[in-house]
Amino acid sequence: MAKYLLLKHYRGGPAPLDDVPMDRWTPEEVSAHARYMDDLAARLEGNGEFVDSQALSSEGTFVRHDGEGRPPVTDGPFAETKDLIAGWMVIDVETYERALEVAGELSAAPGAGGKPVREWLEVRPFLSPCVNVTD
Amino acid sequence: MDESLLRTLTPAVLAVLVRRGADFAAAEDAVQDALVEAVRVWPDDPPRDPKGWLVTAAWRKFLDAVRADTSRRHREVRVDREPVPGPGEAADDTLQLYFLCAHPALTPASAVALTLRAVGGLTTRQIAQAYLVPEATMAQRISRAKRTVSDVRLNRPGDVSTVLRVLYLVFNEGYSGDVDLAAEAIRLTRHLAAGTEHEEVAGLLALMLLHHARRPARTGADGRLVPLAEQDRSLWDTRLIAEGVGILQAALARDRLGEFQAQAAVAALHADARCAAETDWVQIVEWYDELVRLTGNPVARLNRAVAVGEADGPRAGLTALARLDPSLPRHTAVAAYLHERDGDLTTAARLYAEAARSAPSLPERDHLTRQAARLNAELRG
Repeated sequence: MAKYLLLKHYRGGPAPLDDVPMDRWTPEEVSAHARYMDDLAARLEGNGEFVDSQALSSEGTFVRHDGEGRPPVTDGPFAETKDLIAGWMVIDVETYERALEVAGELSAAPGAGGKPVREWLEVRPFLSPCVNVTD
Repeated sequence: MDESLLRTLTPAVLAVLVRRGADFAAAEDAVQDALVEAVRVWPDDPPRDPKGWLVTAAWRKFLDAVRADTSRRHREVRVDREPVPGPGEAADDTLQLYFLCAHPALTPASAVALTLRAVGGLTTRQIAQAYLVPEATMAQRISRAKRTVSDVRLNRPGDVSTVLRVLYLVFNEGYSGDVDLAAEAIRLTRHLAAGTEHEEVAGLLALMLLHHARRPARTGADGRLVPLAEQDRSLWDTRLIAEGVGILQAALARDRLGEFQAQAAVAALHADARCAAETDWVQIVEWYDELVRLTGNPVARLNRAVAVGEADGPRAGLTALARLDPSLPRHTAVAAYLHERDGDLTTAARLYAEAARSAPSLPERDHLTRQAARLNAELRG
């Protein structure tokens, strides 16, 4: 089994195909979208493939050290051009192909008009924390 | 195996050990060990006197631990004779534990964790699950908290308001994982209220009961948030409401108003209305006035603006809102609501979408997005 991070971006990914903002959907479409996400997570849990899922606020700040005794330097809230992560799901699956398949399913969540939103998701393999001695 | 009985006995057993001279941290460990043993042994061999059994077992665990760890010997504990376990422990012993676990030297998160463990009898794993942190992290948080209060003597009463704040925090955490923290907070507050004559303890208990009564109506079948005005009031728990109102009335009759009684009074007025239109908003505004006077809390001012919007119309609400700091959490959501009531759907839709972007929780974000979507659909015709 290998873990993968499926990252959803508010901004910073490839240009979206279908960019109707959520507040332009109908309330039922918003609910259907949320339900699809919950159902998918529940299904992955049932499969033994789900690890974690979190949503992030759309606010964020870059911070760095600025020398001893000085307050850290901040940059932000983010300018419009910067990458902004919306949330993630972590899965633990047998193959890379399976990770892509799950990401595809996530991306098929229904949007405006009930059609799949087809948003871009970034799939990132975890580095294993230990060396596999049987390889 | 009655787990709730075990949990009810936990603080009393812990209090006995502490009174016998065990330091708090070691006593707490010993009680947890005794609980584990009870879970193992009781199903096949139930004790006649569960509390006596637990006291004996915990005291043995404590002595074992002291003997095993020579570095602990210098502590001022008389380990050479084992007192006879017996009844007669005053309820006061347990109350002191509440004060200890909410000690002002602890951060709120530590006080919450320690209270749930030492008074509530929850395991570290359960507390960790409820707060969505790894078990090792929660174990550290609890053991640091125990060290912090280890030298505190249980000889004078603490400040009850610190205890109430901790219980309020637990209640507001609600429900996640396999532990119902709201129900747990009610259980602990009930116990505290049974042993004290403090109006604000009663006020907090009434507030919790009145809020808890509405819980079945607060979320829809698909987990979405249902606002108060749209809730199916037949789902409200009338038994809890009656109990909460009774407790509140008795507390108010003593004429020592505090913030929890005032909040409970608002909740009671909502509970009183058979439908949203029957809500007595004029009285609710008055209670918010009291609350603002008592606390100066900006969140109370924000809630007051909503109530003013209902009592005197949305324009009056917007005027009240204009005097408040726009960076307050939920300020934008309130503005959106009042603008919608005022008939300015375009502004309301824009503000709902803006409020969704800064929502502090997923259910709120989804709710606010749906509100924006609903108005935008209406505007499109």
